[in-house]
Amino acid sequence: MSADVELQKVSVSFGNFYAAKNVSVKIEKGEFFSFLGPSGCGKTTLLRAISGFAEPSDGKILIGGQDMAGIGPNKRPTSLIFQNLALFPLMSVADNIAFSLEVRGTGKVQRRNRADELLELVALSGQGNKKVHELSGGQKQRVAIARALAIEPAVLLLDEPLSALDLKLRQKMRTELREIQKRVGITFIYITHDQGEALTMSDRIAVMNEGELEQVGSGHNVYEAPHTPFVASFVGENNAFYGTVISTNGDMVRVSSQGKDFLAKAGDLKDGKKHTFQKRDKVIMFVRPESIFLKDQINQADNIFSAIFKTIEFEGNLKNIYLSIDGVQDVRCSISNAVETATLSTSESIELKFSSRDAVVLPVGPLAVD
Amino acid sequence: MNYFFNKNGPLISTYLIISIGFWLIFLIIIPQLYMFDLSFRPNIPTLLRGGPDDVYTLVHYKHFLFGSETSGERYNYVDVRVFLDTILTAILITLINLCFCYPIAFYIAKVASAKTARLLIVSLIIPFWINELLRSFALRILFAGEGFINNVLIKMGVIDTGINFIAMDVALYTGLNYAYILLMIFPLYNAIETLDKNQLEAAEDLGSSMIRTHLRIVIPHAKAGIASGCTMVFMLTAGALATPVVLSSPNTFWFTQLIYQWFNMNDNWPRGAAYSVVLLTVSVVFVLLMMKIFKVKIGEIVR
Repeated sequence: MSADVELQKVSVSFGNFYAAKNVSVKIEKGEFFSFLGPSGCGKTTLLRAISGFAEPSDGKILIGGQDMAGIGPNKRPTSLIFQNLALFPLMSVADNIAFSLEVRGTGKVQRRNRADELLELVALSGQGNKKVHELSGGQKQRVAIARALAIEPAVLLLDEPLSALDLKLRQKMRTELREIQKRVGITFIYITHDQGEALTMSDRIAVMNEGELEQVGSGHNVYEAPHTPFVASFVGENNAFYGTVISTNGDMVRVSSQGKDFLAKAGDLKDGKKHTFQKRDKVIMFVRPESIFLKDQINQADNIFSAIFKTIEFEGNLKNIYLSIDGVQDVRCSISNAVETATLSTSESIELKFSSRDAVVLPVGPLAVD
Repeated sequence: MNYFFNKNGPLISTYLIISIGFWLIFLIIIPQLYMFDLSFRPNIPTLLRGGPDDVYTLVHYKHFLFGSETSGERYNYVDVRVFLDTILTAILITLINLCFCYPIAFYIAKVASAKTARLLIVSLIIPFWINELLRSFALRILFAGEGFINNVLIKMGVIDTGINFIAMDVALYTGLNYAYILLMIFPLYNAIETLDKNQLEAAEDLGSSMIRTHLRIVIPHAKAGIASGCTMVFMLTAGALATPVVLSSPNTFWFTQLIYQWFNMNDNWPRGAAYSVVLLTVSVVFVLLMMKIFKVKIGEIVR
């Protein structure tokens, strides 16, 4: 049985410090939902409030329409997977998985059967008698998932469970988690600071900063139409051009930055409308590195400017080119490794292009610090 | 040996060898061997030692079991009973101690804030800056017929006449329990402290009750600490002297008091040595038993 989770103006405070402020969001039944934010943004606190380990100081948490106030973690239809997994090292794998059934007084044989069933679900058949320490990192991960699923929770809560794994395994586990979620069909609420994880797995993402929700939307939405400078700079890489508005024409905004004119589209607001700007408004124009091209790469683009080449960084599939306008504005441009760049030399002025459709203008606000 | 000298330098190496050697040989091996040897020798005047009468004998062990040849009893009921009483009481006190200290250790290790934990540890330690004998006398004052506890109870109207806590051995058991409380709390605390807090939350999240979490997660994790605390408390309780002397009722006798009498009052060192060996043997058996029960190795206990 899956259930929806609704947060109504939830705040969690520790003394005078608000770890979560006035968070309202409805997570649909069967959804893979991620809270994405830098460390200390309150996402873990929010997850603990949903699981029952922290009490909201304000607001309500509803699971399947039922108010969870005063209901302990052991009575909620949620299961939590801890960041360090918290498997019980002195029990066998099967005993770990069936612990929630043991607690409920289920018989030994039934417990074992259920454990075997779950081991099969997470592709670990026949490993039930092993000790936890005999498993590899990825296998432990799967045991933790199986243990959390044993009582058939309506909602599975995951607190950065992949952060301890190495890159390759992490990527593999992303796909696997997503598949397991589809198979069991329950709501997954996932906490992460890794935007790659959030983007690849989630149906929807809530980007958090300093205890507040900045934006809730699909991965595409969050990546391509950020509502705030924080979201624009935290999710993926971005070039931020500080400037002032020269003129507006419908959704299109002409921005002056570093003595150059650029054309860009106005960013979205929470309610789906566009930001409106007045002449001389201070703004930031965001352009993704992969949306900036070398002059010869594309023909059509309504923004052309030149910048001084500084250095190039090889990343495998991509090359990052670092440039600078007048030594003040840094520009980063990511191009496919296939593009020839051997002719570029330091301090050379290079012409760059980007389309106004790929540039978003937002009012000035705090960026994500990295 | 060469490696050892090269690693530590000649000065430190010599110091280490001499100090460890002294500790091992003069403080452990020789006294124990001497006691063991003495326990098999007859109690004869110093002049006759090494003479024809100085032969190995089991007379002292026989005395412990069967009493003197002149007595009509088949067994030495008095001494054996004192011995069994001491051992059983020590076991009981160890168990009470464990039950009493486990929640405290758990609270300090996992529940209390860092500040509260520090405060609790300090308030546990401070009373032990005072000598064991003085602490026993303090308890005697508290538990005496006209003592603090009786006075309070009478004033509150709970009782009419004072309760004789000393005669009931309440004072003794309290004193023995309190005497070695730190040796139970600290091993427990050390063991529980290393438990990942997420384990407790994970168990709770999976629906476990508090008792089951302790039975299945905390206690198995802390078993080395439990075994360590229990062995130390048992050995020290069974071997306690000051507390029983001060707090026991006139008709309760602690086995160490018997040993003390053989050595000091009856001037029968070999018999005292034999009685000591009996106590030591039982203590060793107890340690082995704890290791067996808790399935821990000796290295884990002494940690």
